[in-house]
Amino acid sequence: MKQLTVVSGKGGTGKTTITASFAVLAKHTIVADCDVDAPDLHMLLHPETIKSQEFKGSKIALIDESKCTKCGLCRQKCAFEAITQNLKVDPIACEGCGVCRMLCPVSAITMTDRTSGYAYISKTKYGFMAHAKLNPGEANSGKLVTLVRQNASMLAKEKNSDLIIIDGSPGVGCPVIASISGVDAGLAVTEPTVSGIHDLERVLLLMKHFKVRPLVCINMYDINKDNTARIENFCRKNRIDIVGKIPFNHIVTEAMVCGKTVVEYSPQSEVSKEIKNVWDITRRNLQLDRD
Amino acid sequence: MIVSVASGKGGTGKTSVAVNLALSIGNAQFLDCDVEEPNAHLFLHPRIGRKEPIYVSVPFVNEKLCDHCGKCAQFCQYNAIFVSSDKTLVFPKLCHSCGGCFLVCPKKAISEEKHRVGTLKLGSAGNLRLVYGELEIGEPMAVPVIKEVKKHIEKSKNVILDSPPGTSCPVIKTVNGSDFCVLVTEPTPFGLHDLKIMVEVLREIGIQYGVVVNRAGIGDKKVYEYCREKGIPILLEIPFQRRIAELYSCGIPFSLEMTDWKHEFLALHDRIRELVNK
Repeated sequence: MKQLTVVSGKGGTGKTTITASFAVLAKHTIVADCDVDAPDLHMLLHPETIKSQEFKGSKIALIDESKCTKCGLCRQKCAFEAITQNLKVDPIACEGCGVCRMLCPVSAITMTDRTSGYAYISKTKYGFMAHAKLNPGEANSGKLVTLVRQNASMLAKEKNSDLIIIDGSPGVGCPVIASISGVDAGLAVTEPTVSGIHDLERVLLLMKHFKVRPLVCINMYDINKDNTARIENFCRKNRIDIVGKIPFNHIVTEAMVCGKTVVEYSPQSEVSKEIKNVWDITRRNLQLDRD
Repeated sequence: MIVSVASGKGGTGKTSVAVNLALSIGNAQFLDCDVEEPNAHLFLHPRIGRKEPIYVSVPFVNEKLCDHCGKCAQFCQYNAIFVSSDKTLVFPKLCHSCGGCFLVCPKKAISEEKHRVGTLKLGSAGNLRLVYGELEIGEPMAVPVIKEVKKHIEKSKNVILDSPPGTSCPVIKTVNGSDFCVLVTEPTPFGLHDLKIMVEVLREIGIQYGVVVNRAGIGDKKVYEYCREKGIPILLEIPFQRRIAELYSCGIPFSLEMTDWKHEFLALHDRIRELVNK
């Protein structure tokens, strides 16, 4: 079984558009939406949830006011400034370390489970999907990404699928690291803007750091052809394969408004043809045998 | 006044709005809190005056004192310590620096060690001061770097904070403590979906907010319907224009070339001040 993660560094370059199109083109694949704090893939693939599970990523301190003597030691020692002046736990700041519970001289503090979100297993028209929703403002997105990937692997085994396509999140931090570790290739979707290039370079360094094979796709390549040439030169110099260049077109947004993947909404368009090429080259790079 | 600029969805134009706003009001302080992928400097071309490493405290185990009792590993909620019968291993990238292991060790075998997680950069561009952080590649936790950037807020100035995308902890750390949060969205289903999550976040932490619609004209009208229904002010609309997109792609803040926009951004800042003072 192969795993491919779609990343970008910069947000809004087209990760989800491409992942959703791949899901349609690949057939019999498992899709995992690992952008758990702003998941959008479900709006194109319309999954029907088969199973949902609570995600308890961490603990939170609970102060029993009847026992508390207001000594303030917990507040003093909390590394996260999570105990307020009137000795209440700030649920957003608390990282559940348990230092306050250990130090409380009258054992007024307990650590309780906190539900940080939900993970789902769903069926779509194109196959099965693992996804999740992190509650707004929660931490532990990396752990939830890992849970989504475990669910995807389980699905792949159950359904005898040879490929998992993972939609990653922007950035290079914990959820991205969790979504690329151990995959067969990372497809970096970029755009020919100075920010796109800057962020692409950082996400490529991240892949190098974690020994993930990089592939690059330049989306909206025609909005700045000089910058596109710059990306191509950079990739050539660093021996990174470019799997395709997709032109800018409003139909991508139109398809999104209709809740459809662009390859279904407008299969004959230049954009869709190019995405099909990108998919063909990507799957060959992954050595997947498909017809 | 401290104004943060956030979005939920990535690539909606946070940095573009934040940079043009800061340049238009002038004499402001700009803090780029998107430490995973900081971009504001690409538009502001600052002269960097100071560069400092950012460290967090992680445990260092003195094997001579350690008897491998395992209490530290048992205490650690983040699996950052592993103890075998003859060795104690620390995984600094998993450590949240809570300090619990130092306190729990009966042999006093654990001391603090500095672990580098990023770089802080301070500079200026014209009358604009820029502070930004850069997360070290391979480090998972952005929050300590964001905290370090925010330590340099000059409250006497007009401060603009550029937030990372998403809706989880790095975003909260960024917007927390600001007087107002500008939510930049695009009028598409993805833009609206992620805007709604950000609205929930801001309601929970109690920060006033308003919306800037970027790339107005594409997509549909649902963002407008949502804002009207919820009584959320739309502070500014930036149309989808090829010229704006081209300038952006070259790293040029569009209000510098299309100077009418300077007034629009000044008016945006005035409008925010009015809402904050109300």
